[in-house]
Amino acid sequence: MRSEEHLLVEEQQITVKEDIAENTTAEKEITETVIPDKPRCLDEEYEMVYHRPKTMVDVSMHYCPGCAHSLVHKLVMEVVDELGIQEQTIGVAPVGCAVFAYDYMDIDMSEAAHGRACATATGIKRLMPDKYVFTYQGDGDLAAIGIAETLHTINRGENITIVFMNNAVYGMTSGQMAPTSLVGMKTTTSPYGRDVAEYGEPIRVSELISHLPGAFYVTRQAVNSATAVRKAKKALMNAFRYQKLKKGTSFVEIIGNCPSNWKMTPIEASKFIDDEMIKTFPLGDIKLPKGEDLKLLEEVK
Amino acid sequence: MKMETRLMKGNEAMAEAAIQAGCDAYFGYPITPQSEVLEYLAKEMPKHGRVVLQAESEVASINMIYGAAGAGFRSMTSSSSPGISLMQEGISYIAGAELPCLIANVNRAGPGLGTIQPGQGDYFQSTKGGGHGDYRLIVLAPSSVQEMADFVFLGFDLADKYRNPVLILSDGAIGQMMEKVTFGKFKPNKVDKPWATVGKPASRQRNYITSLHIKPEMLEKHNEKLIAKYEEVKKHEVRYEEIDTSDAEYLMVAYGLSARICHKAVNMAREKGIKVGLLRPITLFPFPTEILNKLADKMKLMLTVELNAGQMVEDVRLSVNGKVPVEFYGRLGGMLPSPDEIVNKLENLINKNHAL
Repeated sequence: MRSEEHLLVEEQQITVKEDIAENTTAEKEITETVIPDKPRCLDEEYEMVYHRPKTMVDVSMHYCPGCAHSLVHKLVMEVVDELGIQEQTIGVAPVGCAVFAYDYMDIDMSEAAHGRACATATGIKRLMPDKYVFTYQGDGDLAAIGIAETLHTINRGENITIVFMNNAVYGMTSGQMAPTSLVGMKTTTSPYGRDVAEYGEPIRVSELISHLPGAFYVTRQAVNSATAVRKAKKALMNAFRYQKLKKGTSFVEIIGNCPSNWKMTPIEASKFIDDEMIKTFPLGDIKLPKGEDLKLLEEVK
Repeated sequence: MKMETRLMKGNEAMAEAAIQAGCDAYFGYPITPQSEVLEYLAKEMPKHGRVVLQAESEVASINMIYGAAGAGFRSMTSSSSPGISLMQEGISYIAGAELPCLIANVNRAGPGLGTIQPGQGDYFQSTKGGGHGDYRLIVLAPSSVQEMADFVFLGFDLADKYRNPVLILSDGAIGQMMEKVTFGKFKPNKVDKPWATVGKPASRQRNYITSLHIKPEMLEKHNEKLIAKYEEVKKHEVRYEEIDTSDAEYLMVAYGLSARICHKAVNMAREKGIKVGLLRPITLFPFPTEILNKLADKMKLMLTVELNAGQMVEDVRLSVNGKVPVEFYGRLGGMLPSPDEIVNKLENLINKNHAL
């Protein structure tokens, strides 16, 4: 039985390879003809309705097809563009899938050791309190190895923005169980499903940190639909703006997907977020500025 | 700058020197026997408008240094042995990303929690890398409170010059003892850091700080660049002190606290008519290999004295390359040898050597 399955897989791979071989020339032609030297809008007959953010570097990304990272990178860079803060923004990249974030964001950036992005960002922000500093971290980085740095940074109320990509799995190392993996979720290190008796419940980081006085703004968003993307962008925009107030940490959790390691198509992965992920990680604002702080918000609008 | 002499603990002298050397930021975590550094700076740094922060761990403090140093600021941390062990990952990243910063280890005896008394058991960790991967720190070994202060200025300057972390390897005795220390000899010497992550203006490409070079051919190039830098350091930055070596037939080799004890032992042995000198390495990396090799030509025997089970002695042996016997005497666990003990050891070795 096992060997038959194996053969089947081999056959499929061969077919795919042949397909690629046949299409190589055709693909090449398409690449050469479709991508123009200049954006098409420069032709007078077209009107520019959408373009890559100015601070997004024009290179191919290493992310898997359908992955949310590329989209969230773009949203962060749109925020930087729209606020006009490229010269004042320093980003901190994690260890994980977003380890190459500095290849894609046309701003000054620092790579951090695994889990230490918040400490690195603290070092940067303390020396340059008027600059915009953000970390971009995954669930393994922020919620497992880096949970101490995360909690203490937020407890100190460092005036930074933390973008927390939660896809419930270690993506870069190919699909191990994360502290946010759902109960029963099968991963390469929880092959029988996450067992609560052994590993406990997934950590709900946003709820946890919302109890810290240093957390100024905490929200959980997704990017698996056009509506969700718009909401996530607004949340990121707020989270960056709030840095000017110097009132504490802004924390945006984004429920991402990981089609490759979830072993789903991107469409299935988007559906999985709606059907399963949000049961454990409900979307919405968890902590909002209140009272006097609300008046302050008008100043940075 | 006005010269000023004060009576201070080694740790306090180091902290005061950090302020005078223009240290922009200090991140640290309490640990005996170096907590005075953080305490002193917590009190004094805010008066100068500088940043001081007690981190949640040494792991956090070294990564705060990484951020601050990457943004181009003079940054410093200090700790003692177990805390320095926790920092090793961060130090490796800092060395890989070529960030200038100053780290001080007020060495206590180990392994593990060991004790809070002085030791020199971190020589290997300090000079041979310490963390993962091929890298070196520039290592300065003070043997007085005055040098605790002076090496802060030197350390920051060397760090900036070579874009490399510098380690001051002190110990619990020099950190805690009080001595006269004179300030005003050096000025802060700051350099431009166009590579720093301060926000990208339209006029330049983006800066990024990283130790990641995923393509092997690129990482090898980066490794070779680091090695070339370390060779430059070896060529230009070797520092040592020679005491009574001109007519010496025997040579003691010791650094830091051991060198102070050996200095006394040299004087006592000289009174007994033994022609002995002392070589005190001031830089442990780069190691004073050449002078040791040269001195080996006229010595009958060398004795390395350390507060460990024999670490620097390996570098001494490599330096003399078999020209002369290199013996070792060490005390462990936070215990210190008396000068008499060292003279006795030397006399025994001389007698044994003659018997051969």
